[in-house]
Amino acid sequence: MLAKRIIPCLDIKDGRTVKGTNFVNLRDAGDPVALAAEYARQGADELVFLDITATVEKRKTLAALVHEVAHTINIPFTVGGGIRSTEDVSALLAAGADKISVNTAAFDNPGLVSDIARMAGSQCVVLAIDTRLEDDGEWYVYLQGGRKKTDVRCFDWARQAVDLGAGEILLTSMNHDGTKTGFALDITRRLSDALPVPVIASGGGGTMDHFADAFTKGAADAALAASVFHFGEISIPDLKAYLKEQGVEVRL
Amino acid sequence: MKLAIIKYNAGNIRSVLNALERLGAEAEVTDEPEALRRADKVIFPGVGEASTAMASLRQNGLDGVLRSLTQPVLGICVGMQLLCAHSEENDTEALGIVPVRVRRFLPADALLKVPQVGWNRLFNLRSPLFAGIDEGSYVYNVHSYYAEDSPYTIAHCEYGLTYAAAVHKDNFYGVQFHTEKSAATGDRIIQNFLQL
Repeated sequence: MLAKRIIPCLDIKDGRTVKGTNFVNLRDAGDPVALAAEYARQGADELVFLDITATVEKRKTLAALVHEVAHTINIPFTVGGGIRSTEDVSALLAAGADKISVNTAAFDNPGLVSDIARMAGSQCVVLAIDTRLEDDGEWYVYLQGGRKKTDVRCFDWARQAVDLGAGEILLTSMNHDGTKTGFALDITRRLSDALPVPVIASGGGGTMDHFADAFTKGAADAALAASVFHFGEISIPDLKAYLKEQGVEVRL
Repeated sequence: MKLAIIKYNAGNIRSVLNALERLGAEAEVTDEPEALRRADKVIFPGVGEASTAMASLRQNGLDGVLRSLTQPVLGICVGMQLLCAHSEENDTEALGIVPVRVRRFLPADALLKVPQVGWNRLFNLRSPLFAGIDEGSYVYNVHSYYAEDSPYTIAHCEYGLTYAAAVHKDNFYGVQFHTEKSAATGDRIIQNFLQL
């Protein structure tokens, strides 16, 4: 049996982590490499680096950062944010990224998913979807970090992307993100049950019970969170011990 | 110690090199037959599709070089699969060093996703490659094809069925999982290989 994965997400801007952390033993809490190493040491199963840098020029710092991370940590990591072409992907893979997460650019140009899958394999392509439950009871795809609504249903886009070669779905519920009220269990379960690839639940994790629910009720393969880990509200070793008590298989 | 990594179109050469650097070992990435023969240990990485990888080896004459190596060789992921006899991935005749067939996971269980992506446990460890590694330790996997269990198996893994997570024949070792991405367990396995 595969272990359920716990994935901290680090927001990167101009090569630095944006959200603060309260890791007292880190000299520089803004240093993504030190933070990544600390998470790996604590038992994180994987890491996601999300680059929110605005300009192309400053994005060059991302490849340098990826290079340094790859030399430091011994667990897989995904890099996402603003990736638009196979050239972007090649540069990040050459620097040492294991997987690439695509979102808006893949929606605008679905061929990007198949191009990356052909170049580097499906296991390399993580399709990130930001989705919101609307009044009509359907989950819709949002783009550009949640600023732009589309008329496409989350489920339909996820299935199309998997057919094109996406190897994992990183599903963020905008209704839940930042609320700490729990993950979106229904849409997570729907995707996980219907699609032949792993689904990473994201958005809303606030308590250890929420993570247990994501795996049991939501059938997620992995759960991703940022601030609850960064601010030490939930420690990864405590969370994993709790999940194990609840009968969830985790890597200790 | 001279350590060589076989240079061909494998996708994880960089991450294997990074892992070795983290552990303080230096390696030369090379497709020169003489450099490979001279090395004390050879690592044969692999990410990608079996027939393409095999074609790349043949094109550079590395298939014959690989078969002729007498020092310890470690195949990783597709590298391990290519040490075997045949892969169902595009009906590929592999190197035939370890007489085992590589098959595709057929998910009879709808909950079983293919590829297997994530951390799974090792059992029945029986090789110096796993010195100091506990039964049930987790390693990181990404694969759709697996080597069948055989007398050459030195570690088992369960994913819908029991398969060979690692194989050994003579001086050739292979691991299906990504030891270079398997946290402390993976680092220890690499160190063990360096000490064989």
